[in-house]
Amino acid sequence: MWRDNLRAIYYIALKDMKTYYLKPPGVSWGIVFPITWILAFYLRAPGDFRELVPGLIAMTILFSTTAAEAVVINFEMRLGSLERLLLAPVTVSAVLLGKILGGAVFGLMMTGIVTVGSIIVLGVHPHILHLSIIILISCFTFATLGALLCVFVKEVFEAQTLLNLPRFIMVFLCGVIYPVSKMPVWLQYISSVMPLTYTVEGLKDSFGFSSSHIIFKDALILSAFLSLFVFMAINRLKKKFE
Amino acid sequence: MENVIEVNGLTKRFEKTTAVGGISFQVGKGEVFGFLGPNGAGKTTTIRMLTGLSKPSDGKASILNYDIQSEITQIKKCIGVVPEASNLYDELSGLDNLVFTAQLFGVAWDERVKRAEELLKTFGLFDRKNDLFRKYSRGMKRALTIAAALVHKPSVLFLDEPTVGLDVVAARSLRNLIKNLHSQGTTIFLTTHYLEEADLLCNRVAIIVKGKIVKIDTPKALKEFSGEGNLEDAFIKITGLSPNVMVMEKGGGYNVAR
Repeated sequence: MWRDNLRAIYYIALKDMKTYYLKPPGVSWGIVFPITWILAFYLRAPGDFRELVPGLIAMTILFSTTAAEAVVINFEMRLGSLERLLLAPVTVSAVLLGKILGGAVFGLMMTGIVTVGSIIVLGVHPHILHLSIIILISCFTFATLGALLCVFVKEVFEAQTLLNLPRFIMVFLCGVIYPVSKMPVWLQYISSVMPLTYTVEGLKDSFGFSSSHIIFKDALILSAFLSLFVFMAINRLKKKFE
Repeated sequence: MENVIEVNGLTKRFEKTTAVGGISFQVGKGEVFGFLGPNGAGKTTTIRMLTGLSKPSDGKASILNYDIQSEITQIKKCIGVVPEASNLYDELSGLDNLVFTAQLFGVAWDERVKRAEELLKTFGLFDRKNDLFRKYSRGMKRALTIAAALVHKPSVLFLDEPTVGLDVVAARSLRNLIKNLHSQGTTIFLTTHYLEEADLLCNRVAIIVKGKIVKIDTPKALKEFSGEGNLEDAFIKITGLSPNVMVMEKGGGYNVAR
């Protein structure tokens, strides 16, 4: 049984990558959009661009992993293709994990391009192990967050709208552009319950822009968010097929 | 005859409605079993429960002696399902769609392409195997959806309205295919609105109305029972449903009269 499920997770992710992710909309949301945003903020208040690199990577993770979740879940649900997967000898959990894996791997690819590009062009020197841990966990966490929000609604447009709400709130409140420590205290409380805060913190630590945090604390908190999102998303999807 | 499908008191309730109300029937090995009823009678809901897409509210059912609730994974390995909609992946080619289905069903890796190509030849789609699914005609899409259900060589096949939307030639090809599968020993559970089709293909049919089975018998016995010469008239008599008559009203518009 577990072998059937593992096989399904792998092939569903592969199929989603081939069918949906490696297409112009996925790439533009995953790379072009974060770079444009960060450049816009940089041009408004020029400084050391290298300090914006953690924010750029965090945005790339957030947008690339969540970009196609509405399509791989809601669009397939509407067409009945998601149900088709459940006619195979696999569990609902395996189907959802396949969807999440596809999003996370695509996120890793896009983030890899942005990170390597930043290292080469800007000459930043991150702690590779720490950076890899934070990027890996973050990609899975945000792919799962995307999946979770998508299973709560029916239509693709509803999912896109719902996804934009936490995405843009997190971009402003989680230290992507403006440091959390300089925000009003009540906003700091809000940012502390948002996973992107810990991605940005972990990334800043990896690049040596901050030494106040322990990287494994960020990784641990992100893992807790990941577990919670996986649990909630699977339960919600199971209820849809009762 | 050995029973492949056994259904006892199967029930599906939604919030305020009972879609399927305690139905019971058996399907024998190698039988083509027709499941007939008007729209909303509970045909698709029954198939969804039997194939693990929906949980029954009550009752029991088994396929090949596996319980549909506790052993659905074993059941899924032995059954093929052709849903009412042709819901393969638009952005994959015909060949890739079949190979992907084979991968999900655990067909051995060195068999997947071979099996997919065999089916494409059987369904006359081999020349279009590299075309995207979205470029196929409706009949070709239907044929590929059926091919996908056969990729793991199931012993029981569920066909939900398989000929809906097909032209005469495509529908006839499909009926010939069902006859072929039947002759090879595949058990077939078929829902259809075309009673002539059911008459032609089915060994037995069950008639379901408002979630209840009102009659199960051979097409011949149903015609004799109702005293009608064809299954369509027999169906209308047995179900007590009368066709609506559209009456044009003065000043335009239509009114439905019985």
